[in-house]
Amino acid sequence: MTGERDSDPSAPREDPARTPRRGPSTATAVGAILRKELRVELRTLESVPAMSLFSVTTFVLFHFALNRDSVSGDLASGILWVTLLFSSVLAINRLFVADEEQGGFDGFLLAPVDRTALLIAKFLTLLGFLVVLEIVAVPAFGLLLLEPSLGRVLVRLVGILLLADVGIAAVGTLVAALAVRTRARDLLGPLLALPLLVPVVIGAARACAPLLGAGHPGSVPVRWLEILGLYDLVFGLLAYAVFDFLLED
Amino acid sequence: MTHTLELVGLERRYGERIALADVTLNLGHGATLVVFGPNGAGKSTLLRVLAGLLRPHDGTLRVLGHRLPDEDWAVRGRIGLLGHDPLLYRDLTGRENLRYHASLHRVDEPRIDEVLEAVGMERRADEPLRSLSRGMVQRLAVCRAVLHDPELLLLDEPRANLDPAAGALVEPLIGRASGRTRVVTSHDPVGGLAEADLVLGLRAGRPELLEWAADVDPAAIAELYR
Repeated sequence: MTGERDSDPSAPREDPARTPRRGPSTATAVGAILRKELRVELRTLESVPAMSLFSVTTFVLFHFALNRDSVSGDLASGILWVTLLFSSVLAINRLFVADEEQGGFDGFLLAPVDRTALLIAKFLTLLGFLVVLEIVAVPAFGLLLLEPSLGRVLVRLVGILLLADVGIAAVGTLVAALAVRTRARDLLGPLLALPLLVPVVIGAARACAPLLGAGHPGSVPVRWLEILGLYDLVFGLLAYAVFDFLLED
Repeated sequence: MTHTLELVGLERRYGERIALADVTLNLGHGATLVVFGPNGAGKSTLLRVLAGLLRPHDGTLRVLGHRLPDEDWAVRGRIGLLGHDPLLYRDLTGRENLRYHASLHRVDEPRIDEVLEAVGMERRADEPLRSLSRGMVQRLAVCRAVLHDPELLLLDEPRANLDPAAGALVEPLIGRASGRTRVVTSHDPVGGLAEADLVLGLRAGRPELLEWAADVDPAAIAELYR
């Protein structure tokens, strides 16, 4: 509808502020989202306590199911990484739920912010959750199941944990953003995440196995560290490339 | 110089279902478009399309002089959306929510106090949203929508859940006195007409009424709901 009258509300008039707004830097936006995520988690305790409890319970279950007081080597490494992987799925499933259910996506999309800020902040959030999980789960694993002492291999183990965590966080953020907008998000998250994370579990378990041997700890196979590093790089770049499209209508 | 809103043959579908079709109108700077229509008529969809949150499937759309969705980057931060959802996190306090949005819009801290005071929420601003009434949450949602001083306000039944006193408090922020270009959805023919410059009536996503407010017969609005 268009009109000719002076009082016509459809008639264009000068808008003094007709310029794009400058938003905050990506780093500022990432900081704001991270603070919000931390506050929400501290107030609801939805993710990290559930992950930690799940992992400790799983170690107890393995303890009784295997009918062994302790494990070492490949078996120990496999139990540790499968448990950490399943625990991480709990956080992956919850990562964007508050944003989807409470309008956080819309609020973010209306702001003059680089959308990559949300990817980075969610990636760092998940990475933080995984680190806290491991601060609880790895000592619990050492107490409940592991035969050799963790102290002698701790530094190398932390290195492998961090390398694998980056991969889990990259894939987890991508999958969570994809699944959360579907009706079957609780199902789709694990169904997508677990197969994609198989290479991380293989790489991390193989890299850790020599450290968790019963005798003198062996050296970490560099090949598996390289595979983990390559996986982190590929999925980090993939998440960066497609994340904007996942936020689109 | 361009209109604040220019819609030509705008269409939006959800799957096979048409949510909006053949919507064509222009709205000048500072004017108010009031949209009437029964539930499911496409009012909320129209607001979300104008906000850049939904892509139009057909037609052309220019908002604040920029074609959407191609130039949505240019209108981000210039639109205030007040929808059925407050777009606030229930586990955060009102002030924490506003601080979060202020960071994303590069708004200074004093502005948060200013809007909280304007809606009479400064004393309850440090309580988690889940402990507040729907009316109070709606007032905080108004704060969130105008925090960054938007040029275009998209208001979906903005006075829902507000008592008359709260309605009066938010009026300077989102009412005609705000001086902003506004698109308002309403089910109240009298109140809606009073604040409208242009009236759009939707039924099943299609415009059945498009008139200057002064020319609209309230009976035509009532007819939309039959």
